[in-house]
Amino acid sequence: MYEKNGEKYYVVDSHTHYWNAARDNWVPGAEQYAKGWIECFHAYQGLGPAETHWSLEKFQKYSEADLMKDLFEDGYVDKAIFQPTYLKEWYTEGFNTTERNAILAEKYPSKFILNTRWDPREGDAGLKQLEENVARYGSKGVKLYTAEWRNGSRGWTLKDPEASRYLEKCQELGVKNIHVHKGPTIWPLDKDAFDVADVDQAATSFPELNFIVEHVGLPRIEDFCFMATQEPNVYAGLSVVIGGLMHARPRFFAKVMGELLFWVGEDKMTFGSDYAIWEPKWQIEGFVDWDYPNDEFSDYPRVTTATKKKILGLNAAKLYDIEVPIDYQLQEQAGRREAAVGVSDTEAPA
Amino acid sequence: MTDASRVLAALDTVRDPELDEPVTKLGFVASCTVSDNGVAEVRLRLPTFFCAPNFAFLMVADAYDAVSAVDGVTRTQVLLEDHFASDQINGGVAARAGFTQVFDGEAVDELGQLRSDFLRKAVMAGTDRVCRPLLTAGVAAEDLARMVLGEVPASGDLDRLRSRRTELGLPAGDDAPLLIDPATGAAIGVEALSLHLRRARITRVSLEANAVTCRDLFAQRYRSALANSEPVARFGVAT
Repeated sequence: MYEKNGEKYYVVDSHTHYWNAARDNWVPGAEQYAKGWIECFHAYQGLGPAETHWSLEKFQKYSEADLMKDLFEDGYVDKAIFQPTYLKEWYTEGFNTTERNAILAEKYPSKFILNTRWDPREGDAGLKQLEENVARYGSKGVKLYTAEWRNGSRGWTLKDPEASRYLEKCQELGVKNIHVHKGPTIWPLDKDAFDVADVDQAATSFPELNFIVEHVGLPRIEDFCFMATQEPNVYAGLSVVIGGLMHARPRFFAKVMGELLFWVGEDKMTFGSDYAIWEPKWQIEGFVDWDYPNDEFSDYPRVTTATKKKILGLNAAKLYDIEVPIDYQLQEQAGRREAAVGVSDTEAPA
Repeated sequence: MTDASRVLAALDTVRDPELDEPVTKLGFVASCTVSDNGVAEVRLRLPTFFCAPNFAFLMVADAYDAVSAVDGVTRTQVLLEDHFASDQINGGVAARAGFTQVFDGEAVDELGQLRSDFLRKAVMAGTDRVCRPLLTAGVAAEDLARMVLGEVPASGDLDRLRSRRTELGLPAGDDAPLLIDPATGAAIGVEALSLHLRRARITRVSLEANAVTCRDLFAQRYRSALANSEPVARFGVAT
């Protein structure tokens, strides 16, 4: 929970990790990839304020205490959503698996929402694993990493027929939030790695599912935005947008936010710190204080306190059926609820 | 001009196809040397270990072609450093192999289509660069749809837009419409104007935001004082 100038913000950090990229977890023979991956992430951390930078050693493997302090003690987060990334070709126990995230999620059940993942290349066994994970962890969302390497394959797309079976299974199991990583990545080789056409097709075929495009398709926000305007069930996950641009490139941050607000709209944008790439504290404080820097931005949609409340938590709370304390809801919504209760046994409101 | 400076000038024509900026200006040229007997060696480096291999391949291949065409260069070596696919790309380009041959089983298409897709984005971004000052100067939006390129005041941005349109085989002469669909070359009518300009703007924002993030990551990676638009790489002539 964050409070500033008398306004109360309920914070859902919809993109967090508890990874292990320490040397002893690197797969023999794949060390260069394991090393390259975490060093690349670490460079991204460098785009945040200097006082929030970590040593590479800490960044490779941070502790439970670090995470709990950075998210909940210092970071204002009410609910953190774990988004797994497996990368078992490079990390022996995986980089950031459902099981590893579950260590914390099971210990602090009120703090975390534990998403799982699937990979259509795992066939029937993968479907069974998905069912088991959902039964065990109560996951209502999955994180899909279409760029993941596996047995010589360097990735997959949501257009693959096998992927449809998994999406059908998600629908059946009530896993309604499909977070798709479309952002800085490595695959595919000849196609454009950030192509969002597969999300477009899946979102049309599965209207009951929500598709949250993580990293908003960066660096192809135009393709993402053109697609998102066509699909009512597509959302913009802001991880990397705030962390990577707000501090390092404030003018571009303002432009990217302006475009997202114009094309996608404030009801469909969700905050995610991408912890441990960046800590949430400075992102939340900065975003609450943020506005367009000058008149150059006058034809973008305005940013209000309500805009920020929605983005920082209320939108994600809706997607995950999180109950938000009444003081933290938008007054209009809270008022409506009170009114609805007030008139419940008299006349229905007009 | 020394051989090395001619080679550098040739590298100015090599662009990151994704960012639509010269590799020299982005700081991607780590070194550039020419030996007494005309052997040119160029080393390239990129913002991350995992930068997309397709774009990396295009830059290495384009650099190879540009440098090979320089007078006095007898042999060319272009080496991409610190990249997960360095060996494959360097070897493939040196052997004049196509992309699908280099990444056999992992890639199904050559990169012409990808390059065209990004040139079309460059045309859209360039459209915003040319039109925004006109709008600021008081030109009505609907007049933009009636203008031809010859009516636009000369500028570097206009030259760049013409050049990208020419590369795509799109009309770029004085009598060509200012606003065209980069996929078909058809003029944009007044009815489609507003959306077209919005699309041009976001494409420019996207390209430029991507470019600054690449610069920032590059600076993080190499800890060099990469100024906003200045090359930081060191160059020399091999002795």
